[in-house]
Amino acid sequence: MEQIKFVIEKSARIDKLISALYEKMPEIETSRGVLVTESYKATEDLPIIRRRSAAFSHILKNIPIVIRDGELIVGSATVTPRGCQVFPEYSYEWLEAELDTVATRAADPFYISEENKAVLREIYPWWHGKTCSDLARANMSPEAYAAFTKHAIFTPGNYFYNGIGHVCVDYPKVLKIGYRGIINEAQRAMDKLDVSDADYVSRTNFLFAVIESCEAVIEYARRYSRLARDMAKAEKCKYRRAELEKIARNCARVPEFGAQSFHEACQSFWFIQMLLQVESSGHSISPGRFDRYMYPYYKKDIDAGVITREEAQELLDCVWVKLNDINKVRDAASADGFAGYGMFQNLIVGGQDEHGLDSTNDLSYMCIEAAMHVPLPQPSISIRIHNGTPDSLMLKAAALTRLGTGLPAYYNDEVIIPSIMARGLTLEDARDYCIIGCVEPQAPHKTDGWHDAAFFNMCRPMELAFNSGMDKGVKIGVDTKPVEEMTSFDEFYDAYKAQQSYMIKLLVNANNAIDLAHAVRCPLPFQSCMVDDCIGRGKSLQEGGAIYNFTGPQGFGIANNTDGLIAVRQLVFEQKKYTLAEIREALKANFGYGLSGTAALNLTTEIATELAREGIEINEAAVRTIYNEVTTCGSLSAETKAKYRELKRAIDEDCPKYGNDIYEVDMFARDVANTYTREVEKYKNPRGGIFQAGLYPVSANVPLGGTTGATPDGRLAYTPLADGIGPASGRDVKGPTATANSVARLEQGVASNGTLLNQKFHPSALEGMGGLMKFSALIRSYFDQKGMHMQFNVVTRETLLDAQKHPENYKTLVVRVAGYSALFTTLSKSLQDDIINRTQQGF
Amino acid sequence: MSHYDTRGRIFNIQRFSIHDGPGIRTIVFLKGCYLRCAWCCNPESQRYEIETMTEGGKTKTVGRDVTVAEIMPEILSDLPYYRRSGGGLTLSGGEVLAQADFARDLLRAAKENGLHTAIETAASLPFGEIEKLLPYLDLIMMDIKLLDPERHREYTGADNSLILANARLLAESGVRLIIRTPVVPGVNDGDADIRAIASFARGLGGVSEYHLLPYHRLGSDKYDGLGRRYSLSEINPPSREKMEHLLSVAEESGLKCQIGG
Repeated sequence: MEQIKFVIEKSARIDKLISALYEKMPEIETSRGVLVTESYKATEDLPIIRRRSAAFSHILKNIPIVIRDGELIVGSATVTPRGCQVFPEYSYEWLEAELDTVATRAADPFYISEENKAVLREIYPWWHGKTCSDLARANMSPEAYAAFTKHAIFTPGNYFYNGIGHVCVDYPKVLKIGYRGIINEAQRAMDKLDVSDADYVSRTNFLFAVIESCEAVIEYARRYSRLARDMAKAEKCKYRRAELEKIARNCARVPEFGAQSFHEACQSFWFIQMLLQVESSGHSISPGRFDRYMYPYYKKDIDAGVITREEAQELLDCVWVKLNDINKVRDAASADGFAGYGMFQNLIVGGQDEHGLDSTNDLSYMCIEAAMHVPLPQPSISIRIHNGTPDSLMLKAAALTRLGTGLPAYYNDEVIIPSIMARGLTLEDARDYCIIGCVEPQAPHKTDGWHDAAFFNMCRPMELAFNSGMDKGVKIGVDTKPVEEMTSFDEFYDAYKAQQSYMIKLLVNANNAIDLAHAVRCPLPFQSCMVDDCIGRGKSLQEGGAIYNFTGPQGFGIANNTDGLIAVRQLVFEQKKYTLAEIREALKANFGYGLSGTAALNLTTEIATELAREGIEINEAAVRTIYNEVTTCGSLSAETKAKYRELKRAIDEDCPKYGNDIYEVDMFARDVANTYTREVEKYKNPRGGIFQAGLYPVSANVPLGGTTGATPDGRLAYTPLADGIGPASGRDVKGPTATANSVARLEQGVASNGTLLNQKFHPSALEGMGGLMKFSALIRSYFDQKGMHMQFNVVTRETLLDAQKHPENYKTLVVRVAGYSALFTTLSKSLQDDIINRTQQGF
Repeated sequence: MSHYDTRGRIFNIQRFSIHDGPGIRTIVFLKGCYLRCAWCCNPESQRYEIETMTEGGKTKTVGRDVTVAEIMPEILSDLPYYRRSGGGLTLSGGEVLAQADFARDLLRAAKENGLHTAIETAASLPFGEIEKLLPYLDLIMMDIKLLDPERHREYTGADNSLILANARLLAESGVRLIIRTPVVPGVNDGDADIRAIASFARGLGGVSEYHLLPYHRLGSDKYDGLGRRYSLSEINPPSREKMEHLLSVAEESGLKCQIGG
């Protein structure tokens, strides 16, 4: 028998809400796009901050509203469930180009009606040259723009095309004083200004925009109140009628005023959360420490006996469902990088308060319970672990992990708090950190973190080091010696570092160019009024209104580069079996394995285009010749091919790999990681803050691996790169403790924008109370060694069945067999069946 | 010569073991066994000789000679995990007691480093060999597969009188003792077999728990890899219901019982 706290029965309402939400493919709606265009056209003579609030107000007055069947918490950005709006002020060309394919693409498809396509084609031309993206491009140096768009060294595409998001606003303040309170605060700030102040105009404009935005939100809630009242009048079922009347009362009170009950607090929270995502297309709007700021309302109602724990849980579950009722359409390439309609609304429970005391409460458990009741991607639930975290909360979280949804993610207070203090946060602010988006820590409602500023592919500078800065026939890097002339490993390693340092400079340029574009074209008064100290400073978040300002671009490919550099050192400089030039040629030839599928087609197209540009005539026969060469390495002699394959074998089998608890290798990985993190932190952003590195790829290691040739760690061309700060796929063979020990040797605290370690487990490892306790101990032990973050994939029975059918997709799936672990796909069918049945028994 | 120089023959070191004693453990598998249990899931453990085995299409050498000093660093790598989970070092086999001096010195080194220690054994050697280890042991997990001497000989190749005598002595030794039975259908999965072992274990006085380990055939691929025949290929693992039933039979003895390690 397992003793898990707060196991609460799920209300029947929840599954109905979920199935209604997922009935159809999500749809692109155009009401916001039309309204923002109308407003912009009518406000060309106003300062940008007031155009923004005017547009927000126009949208909220006119956007269609809907209360879905059975909802207790209301407010939807779209009429259709899980739909999305468009944000032409950020960018539109990609969607215009994809209007006819967006419904059929592989990653995150969206339906769009023919009428709506016509609507968008109608409004888009007006935006030509006026978008945030247009200005960002104009701001950017040509070298940076080419490195981003043509050479995929890094991609800041997220903020180039969309809003920033990535913020945790002051939910507790709105819950307490309502937007009326914020309006009063802005009014008082305005009253203090003197008409002759140097910044009187800019401050007044900003504060005016804040007030206009807050009034718009209040009016929007009243629209819901009226709708609920009308629906109640027409409702036949007396229970539902009572619910609708309650909704009408709630929306009349919040978010204008402070919440008086847990239900009102949930409703107020949802309006804040949803409307932030109507103002801007930025994702990772993170609720943060929800269990802390919602607790007073829960406790008051429970103590007064006006709500039962089951009723509170139902409301929480409703909030969880609503967090999935919001969506975002991205361009096809970005959709690959953020696959799964990710909104990255990160909600974190547990941890310590600003005084360093444990802050776990009933809601910490009930939030985890909600994630069990609502097994959907949103919110990204996280848990903060510190030395004083009760084991019961760990066990509750472990029980959630065991369900196999990949939630929650575990964070280590003992590393993160000092890490962000080293970036200038006060002790109290650092202790109150929350997680934004994927893994990025920040002080809530005081930070503009610009987390997720770009993906930086660390394997690409390595390619440049092999090719003296040349890529696709063009010089894009710095001059480093041809590898033929290098005589020591350090020379090669330094060339890599030189290439990378230069690319980081371009990355900084790209980020700062985009940053300024947002300040000029898309300042956000509504978001800003809930972040300190925008009202006090009289300027928006985008203009540097926050107390803490960062830019956090994340690097990845540490494992590939570590293993590759070690192989180079061993095979070229120690054993002298190969020259650097031979390795370069072998990489170009993909170790003699040729390419296949899409990668071959893409490369063929690329070569043909390149040749055509050089004036060479390309006909069908020429294309076929190129294709044959690409797929079979046809022009290589059998001897050369064998030599390249032998090189790959030597790398695979004879060289040590990161992730196996080998001290020297791991310390080298630490150095490789620092070539990125220690370089990034040298730079400043236009909001008066600094750059800080993250080390995690979201899911971009797959698509960006798809633009990276073969690497000297034996990885074949265009295959995925290593995930997070973990070992390269399938290279760690000593089990989870050895992997964790290796990863813990990285200097994770320097990556104060976040790190990510994924581990895969078989459910038998979490079976029973004993399994959960040992699992918790594993996490605590990794954290004892200064690990920062850990999350888990628990392999489900369905996964194993799929692996039997498609072994090619599960080459590195490790399962525990008997006293040993094995690659699942190498086991005999009958053994696989045994393991599948065992998995089933485990639950 | 210190005890760190003692040499022994092992065939595997398995980290993150969570089903072989308390907490997260590292298992060192010693090579060589006196029994030849038909259901053995580690057939490569049976012979003392170093041999080759095919696994996943590749040939690998099974068995290597090591000193205590050589393998202690790997065992200590997981110290943080032992500390958090109450885990430690387990010696398994093969038969641990077949290399009693090596086992003793390895356990001694583990104790010097503050580790919790355990062995998995069939205890089919003279008690003098077992006694060597006792000062350095926190837990003994001892198999009793069958009480009936004839059938014991039939399925394991050896008599059980020594085993049962050792069980009595171990129960008196004061070291925490868990008796375990691998439940193999058609061999010892009758109520009478389990009842007999459980009541024998209870009668010993010093036994803290009795564990029933459901037979699995997850080692069967290894027989092919060693070029041997797996004689139990027709047997299916016992069902969950069957194990629950046997658990209730075992519990009649009054001992604390569980399924699995």
